[in-house]
Amino acid sequence: MLNNQGRPTGVDNVAASSANGAALLPSEPLIFEIGTKEKSGVDLPALDKKVGSKLGNFARKSDIDLPALTEPQAMRHYVRISRLNYSIDAGFYPLGSCTMKHNPRLNEKMARLPGIADIHPLQPQSTVQGAIELMEQLAHWLMELTGTKAVSMTPKAGAHGEMCGMMAIKAAHEANGQGHRNIVLVPESAHGTNPATAAFLGYKVKPIKAREDGTVDVQAVKDALDENVAGIMLTNPNTCGLFEPDVIEIADAVHEAGAYFYCDGANFNAIMGVIRPGDLGIDAMHINLHKTFSTPHGGGGPGAGPVVLSDALAPYAPLPYAKREGDKLTLVENKGEGSDHLGRLSAFHGQMGMYVRALTYMASHGLDGLGRAARDAVLNANYLKAKLSDLYNAPYGDQPCMHEVLFDDSTLKGTGVSTLDLAKAMIDEGYHPMTMYFPLVVHGAMLIEPTESESLHTLDQFIGTMRELMEDAKAGNVERFTNAPMKAPLRRLDETRAARSPILKWEKPEQRKAAE
Amino acid sequence: MRYLPNSDQDRQVMRDAIGIKSDDELFVRVPKKVFDTAKPDLPDHQPEFAVEAHIRQLAAKNRAGGDGPFFVGAGAYRHHVPASVDHLIQRSEFLTAYTPYQPEISQGTLQMLFEFQTQVANLTGMEVANASLYDGSTAAMEAVLMARRLKKRDGVVVSGGLHPQYRDTIATYLGKDPAFKCMQADPQAQEDIIAQIDDSTACVVVQSPDFYGNLRDLRPIADAAHEKGALLIAVFTEVVSLGAIESPGAQGADIVVGEGQSIGNPLTFGGPYVGLMATHPNLVRQMPGRVCGETVDAEGERGFVLTLSTREQHIRRDKATSNICTNSGLCALAFSIHMSLLGEKGIEHLALLNHQQAVKTAEAVGAIDGVEVLNDHFFNEFTVKLPKAAAPIVEALADKNVLAGVPVSRLEPGKKELENLLVIAATELTSDADIEALASALKEVI
Ligand SMILES: Cc1ncc(COP(=O)(O)O)c(C=O)c1O
Repeated sequence: MLNNQGRPTGVDNVAASSANGAALLPSEPLIFEIGTKEKSGVDLPALDKKVGSKLGNFARKSDIDLPALTEPQAMRHYVRISRLNYSIDAGFYPLGSCTMKHNPRLNEKMARLPGIADIHPLQPQSTVQGAIELMEQLAHWLMELTGTKAVSMTPKAGAHGEMCGMMAIKAAHEANGQGHRNIVLVPESAHGTNPATAAFLGYKVKPIKAREDGTVDVQAVKDALDENVAGIMLTNPNTCGLFEPDVIEIADAVHEAGAYFYCDGANFNAIMGVIRPGDLGIDAMHINLHKTFSTPHGGGGPGAGPVVLSDALAPYAPLPYAKREGDKLTLVENKGEGSDHLGRLSAFHGQMGMYVRALTYMASHGLDGLGRAARDAVLNANYLKAKLSDLYNAPYGDQPCMHEVLFDDSTLKGTGVSTLDLAKAMIDEGYHPMTMYFPLVVHGAMLIEPTESESLHTLDQFIGTMRELMEDAKAGNVERFTNAPMKAPLRRLDETRAARSPILKWEKPEQRKAAE
Repeated sequence: MRYLPNSDQDRQVMRDAIGIKSDDELFVRVPKKVFDTAKPDLPDHQPEFAVEAHIRQLAAKNRAGGDGPFFVGAGAYRHHVPASVDHLIQRSEFLTAYTPYQPEISQGTLQMLFEFQTQVANLTGMEVANASLYDGSTAAMEAVLMARRLKKRDGVVVSGGLHPQYRDTIATYLGKDPAFKCMQADPQAQEDIIAQIDDSTACVVVQSPDFYGNLRDLRPIADAAHEKGALLIAVFTEVVSLGAIESPGAQGADIVVGEGQSIGNPLTFGGPYVGLMATHPNLVRQMPGRVCGETVDAEGERGFVLTLSTREQHIRRDKATSNICTNSGLCALAFSIHMSLLGEKGIEHLALLNHQQAVKTAEAVGAIDGVEVLNDHFFNEFTVKLPKAAAPIVEALADKNVLAGVPVSRLEPGKKELENLLVIAATELTSDADIEALASALKEVI
């Protein structure tokens, strides 16, 4: 039987369907096309007929419609589709702003210890003292590395950390009779989560223009500051891969105007162990443990986004937070009388599975290793810049970059090749493309972040490829780019079609026919 | 340093190419007074075995679920995860990939997400699901904001059976909003929530099975909400329940959100978990989070992409439906693999087995003098009223190595009428011997 894609369906046809693609580049049907409802890949003890039911009228009457795969089928299905993915372990992944560094396997092993993986957030705190101590130790590392005296561990990713920090800022203003402040300054180069967070909290977002050199203009900040500004959200190192040289002056001006300084710490990898953001005057900063501290990205998550806080904002940290009395550790889970703490940003206590991985990473590196890693990340990025700047235009190239280097598409002008085409051609050369079209402040942006995990040898190979690609684009070999990728499991996908008439769920062929 | 591939010689080659003498020159734009001046109080690098010993020592201070009788639930549940699930999610291609922004080389993640979305939609009785949110509580919060955007109304009515920390999460996001109405804690599902719905109501939020374990009839609430032009948000914290009880979709829910941890994901002290969200196709444009959709490539082959991204922060910035970026991809994968192994028969059987062990537990505990089971109907969790405060009893039982459940007062402090209540959960991992141990230990301490 064929489905409406012309692919074989049904369990009898799995072999035939496998033959569709080469063994190493499989095309694999969906579980709904190969699984059946009758069997199960999990064996369970028989039910005891003598035990009565307490489900009453609530018992399910309708079908769920879920297929099952036995274990060998499941192994094959997921192994096969996994091969369609690019990954850090398989190749260079210079995705700017995402810090695709090596994920040490000791981290994974530690996260699976029964004393970590098999503990419940609501079992008595006396039975999880080791878990709270682990949180305390990670908090210590984060505070020491950032030069701050408070940290909220609970946020579940960078964007959630932004919410935490900005809510603390809002709460502080309200407590100080400054609740009328309704504007947040956000540089144009900021990540989308920054304006989204500010708007979410009801703030008006006022964009701040970048200077010619890609950094924030202190004067523009000063001009924008007034008694209605609640704070600024500034990324440092910024999304152009540059350290903000006037960050201290900006912090001072912001504080003088009675506002707070939220720092987006997504790019902490460039400065960990070298510069402490607390010394720059920040009031709040999230740290993406899934970037800087190597917890795996997992195809989109999970993450963790602890937020360090200045003394001014510490009283507004959300619940829960840890407290030590002698040997006894407590997680304070509820608001006491008269407490200023924000409420909860989520149920339970945050991302323990990420904490243990991050702490393992930090303890492995030590302070010396972290500082070396930051310098290597910066060195690697500057090496790429030095070796590519004659062919690719680095708009802010007359200064060193931090851990990532930004190019625009000006050297592609007139070739008929776009940043997107170039990115797709990189796939045919065996690379994951860089971040494209972000930040928005340069045309056709290409943001390349090599991380400290890459060797000189890898960088040299990459440089060779990038040079060859640009030369080929200039030589007029346009089809190589506009037709790319040609060696990936699939050719370019039709995203317009996907958005115009969304198919977000598998339907049986007959249902789908009926709907059309 | 075992994680840093470049030698000093390599570094020198790079410095020469860049034209610098020392790495410090790359930090020229950093104000001098803050560059490498501080001395953090932190140790230097350590060998792998030393780090492992350190973490093991911390882990050893915790009492793991498998170390004895365990009845703790209230939003996170101890289930068996097949070994193949954990093996597969550790494959490099899944573990160390980023968000699938380059679909041609991310079909593994994208196909998995399409399968995940279909599983979640079918399980909840809805037509579409997103590619995951952080967890159940933030999913509930996002659903409330989504409903407000859709209805252009502010009113939010929250059931007294909603998990208190979910309620608190919504409350934090809504701030001191007068349009936000929370019903009294409702251990016996007696509230009249329908009376609270009026023309200003955007949504009603009801959990089933609720925090106290009660099964709630959502249909009349859905009908009443729809009559006033409001939406019903149905919440669950135990996704396994959907194998045994009627789906929220079949009962008229408009948005279904919940915690997916139970399938595929270990407890891990509360995170990372996986927030599930499903809804109707006409509401999708206000749905937060990533969505994967089917399309074709340039040669007409079926493939998958992230789609409808004009809802999202990277495109819409301050007009986005949510600020979420990183979600719970790998936990969604674990969920999806485990669900594929279970299938329809498996999830049903698993659910009934959970229910059976809970019924046995309720019978054993309810037979103790002075202990009263409050629920008429429940799934794998129920509430008992003890003759005295529950929290110290739970501590006393922990000293006997029995983790008896969650005292309601831990989440609802200072409410006298809730002080004696204990929420007890059982799963397929609860043995008859565990039930015996709980009953006899409880008898001793009360
Ligand atoms: C600069 C910047 N800020 C914030 C974020 C948001 O972080 P998360 O994805 O963890 O929510 C990102 C991640 O992509 C980022 O690159």
